[in-house]
Amino acid sequence: MGIMSLGSLSHQKNENTKKEAVLAAFAANARQYGIVGALIAIIIIFEILTKGLLLQPNTIVQLIQQNAYVIILAVGMVMVIIATHIDLSVGSLVGFIGGVVALLMQDMHVNWFLSIIAGLLIGILIGVWQGFWVAVVGIPAFITTLGGMLIFRGLATTLIKASIPVNNTSFNAIAASYLPNIFGWWGPFDGLTIVVGILAILAFIWSQFRKRANAIKVGLTPDPLLATYIKIAIAIIVIGALTFEFASSGNATQGGIPIILVIVGVLILAYHYILTRSVFGRRVYAIGGNRRAALLSGINTRKIDFILFVHMGFLSAVAAIAMLSRLSSASAATGTSFELDAIAACFVGGTAVTGGIGTVPGVVIGALVMGVINQGLSIMGVDSALIQTFKGLVLLLAVAVDIIPKLRKR
Amino acid sequence: MANSQLLLQMKNITKTFGPVKALNNVDLEITRGEIHAICGENGAGKSTLMNILSGVYPFGSYSGTIIYDGKECRFKKIKDSEEQGIVVIQQELALTPYQSIAENIFLGNERQKNGIMDWEETRAAAIKVMQQVGLDEDPDTKIIDLGVGKQQLVEIAKALSKKVKLLVLDEPTAALNDEDSAHLLEIIRYLRDKQGVTSVIISHKLNEVKAIADNVTVIRDGTTVGRMTNSQEHPLDLDELIHKMVGRELNNLYPERVPNISEEIFRVENWTVHHPVDHQRVIVDHANLYVRAGEIVGLAGLMGSGRTELAMSIFGRTYGSAITGKVYVHGKEVDTSTVKKSIEAGIAYVTEDRKGYGLNLLRNIRENATLSSLIRFAKYRIMDEARERVAVEKFRKDFNIKTPNIEEQVSNLSGGNQQKVLLTKWVISNPDILILDEPTRGIDVGAKYEIYEIINQLASEGKAILVISSELPELIGICDRIYTVSQGVITDDVQKSKFSQEYLMKGMTKEKEKVKRVWGL
Repeated sequence: MGIMSLGSLSHQKNENTKKEAVLAAFAANARQYGIVGALIAIIIIFEILTKGLLLQPNTIVQLIQQNAYVIILAVGMVMVIIATHIDLSVGSLVGFIGGVVALLMQDMHVNWFLSIIAGLLIGILIGVWQGFWVAVVGIPAFITTLGGMLIFRGLATTLIKASIPVNNTSFNAIAASYLPNIFGWWGPFDGLTIVVGILAILAFIWSQFRKRANAIKVGLTPDPLLATYIKIAIAIIVIGALTFEFASSGNATQGGIPIILVIVGVLILAYHYILTRSVFGRRVYAIGGNRRAALLSGINTRKIDFILFVHMGFLSAVAAIAMLSRLSSASAATGTSFELDAIAACFVGGTAVTGGIGTVPGVVIGALVMGVINQGLSIMGVDSALIQTFKGLVLLLAVAVDIIPKLRKR
Repeated sequence: MANSQLLLQMKNITKTFGPVKALNNVDLEITRGEIHAICGENGAGKSTLMNILSGVYPFGSYSGTIIYDGKECRFKKIKDSEEQGIVVIQQELALTPYQSIAENIFLGNERQKNGIMDWEETRAAAIKVMQQVGLDEDPDTKIIDLGVGKQQLVEIAKALSKKVKLLVLDEPTAALNDEDSAHLLEIIRYLRDKQGVTSVIISHKLNEVKAIADNVTVIRDGTTVGRMTNSQEHPLDLDELIHKMVGRELNNLYPERVPNISEEIFRVENWTVHHPVDHQRVIVDHANLYVRAGEIVGLAGLMGSGRTELAMSIFGRTYGSAITGKVYVHGKEVDTSTVKKSIEAGIAYVTEDRKGYGLNLLRNIRENATLSSLIRFAKYRIMDEARERVAVEKFRKDFNIKTPNIEEQVSNLSGGNQQKVLLTKWVISNPDILILDEPTRGIDVGAKYEIYEIINQLASEGKAILVISSELPELIGICDRIYTVSQGVITDDVQKSKFSQEYLMKGMTKEKEKVKRVWGL
């Protein structure tokens, strides 16, 4: 193709089109902002209903610690669902791998760190096992993982019997402790948290300007400057508020950033990066959106399916370790119905049931919506059985909000 | 009732889909007790007309009148027309594969008492209609265990069980072998002579039409262009029929081009492909073809001729089974057993089914455009989005894809612009050979012209282009040479000097020659 002249840019950019451009920069992710809006609304409602208890620093830390497993599992589940599969076995994997790690530490006196590594490897191996049945043999993921759900729950029950208490303090600290106060206390605040918060804000600002610079470098029109400023302002408010909350969390001896938050945060960033920036991520969206077109584009769809289940196995192991550390004990029933929590978080977070659509930030927010509702209602003293009913209704409502506008379009 | 001989009259039928006029004042008259053939090119409107007759497109969604058996009919759904004895057998058979013949025959019309199936009656009645169509099978045999020919007979038996008076068959023999086709035609004749069933048969096989039809109606571009009779004394003139089917004038719908053809870069030898499930059925029969650099070669064939199957079987064996033959690129034999290897060999296949096999409608232009060459835009398996944007942006301008930016979801684009995105996806992979399957299907005239310009541009860059199309004017307008395909056999290699629609249509409708078949075995 000969290089044709670059289309002449129109010079009459008046105020109106500028405004439209700013709006367009946000409208592109309208669905995402919709869920964020819903999360904010839910937080405000419960903040009022619980008379300010919801946003207490320690409540927030508890929220993170309690929902870490959902977020970890949902991050993997969203990739699996985008690729038009499902994984029903993750709850049983949490139970089984947790049992193995507890046995290694308690009965076989293996070092806690080595036990974690072993747990992760077992998760990966189970992922290979399930990936084999789905990708090589071609058994639908629903059936393969339904089988996995039964297989690993059964193994967990056989292995653990009633329960195995874990009394290794280093291991139990993963879910319960904070990063050390290396900068000491600045008044009532943890110094490290403040430093990390400021660094996070700076990193965000830097990434926004780098994105603009890159766009300009390759000759593309970047988002309007105003849109960038608005994004930065929102980021400062959100990160600032979170920094304030975490910096003042904890008790007399420790506080600040929970260790589990670091683990969850790294996983979120890593998988968001994989899904949006890597070749693998592109292929996941491609096979989810149109498997036949992906195949005809030279993509080895079976290989992608296989890798997805390996990732899911790994993440199930991470969730198992987080859960074991939090409960300080492995039991045969640990992880029961976790798969449903993860799947629900995906759908509340805007993942399409038919595949092809979904994002990591979306499902994290989906998980937080469910978590906040759970936490808020608990603080209000609502019966846990009824909380389940509420969560079910929220799931229906979230997906209905997604589907009803599309019905009208037809 | 002007003429009691007439069973069906469709008068001034007009049907539009959005801005597209599929049928424009079509007239059709069917006499009692005849076999009536409807002929026309793909997209002429034959199937649309039958869908109006059966009530698939309900009364009110079209204009014009249907007079059947002396009464005006306003069918709102298929059930309405079936109650009057009109049964349409679609090209895609409507049978449930895991149920028995008997169950399928009475599907929706069950032999029952108070909601409980009467199995004895079901079987007995099934055997009765099965005998009428010469289907000698156990009524409990599952559909999946029958060949396509016998499945077709089950459909007809099902129609008989509904007391059919007017039987419409849409391409009934397209998927059948010669023997099954002959048997089916025999049954249709038998039903006419012994049961008084009137049949309408839509077919591309003109010899078959000549063998069975009493009268022929020709439809072209949504209008009735002629009616011909076929009898012992006045046999059907196939040349005249072909002329009526294609007879429109070529005008300057095609951009000028001076071909610059050099050495051969693509060759396929003795390519034979069998049906993916029915391994006995030959879909492509010892095809040989070549394309030179800078050359635009057409592959003209009607639906079901094996043209798409030929292309897809070459491209990563994405169609068919028991494939044999050789593919050469630049004189060297290449392995095309997977899509990846085919792409690496420099071959690109642009599908005819944009939405089904081409695009991911959930994603944007950029991501669709680079799907076949992701690795090229990545560093350590991480996408270099800036480089990707620049590349796709260039094609947006070169191909004039009408969109504010390349982040637009492809489902929001018009058909023509989607087609350009699909072309981008393959041109970006920088192939030496482009196989374009129906590159202008379902897009408007303006966008068609732009697609032709792109094709010309690619040829002038020295690429070998193979265009598959059933639109003859299009092939004549853009090609340097045209292969005709009929029933899986490449029947002719037509030089530009001999291009005419009549001549090509002859090649496209040629029955499998006996010689060819012996040689093929």
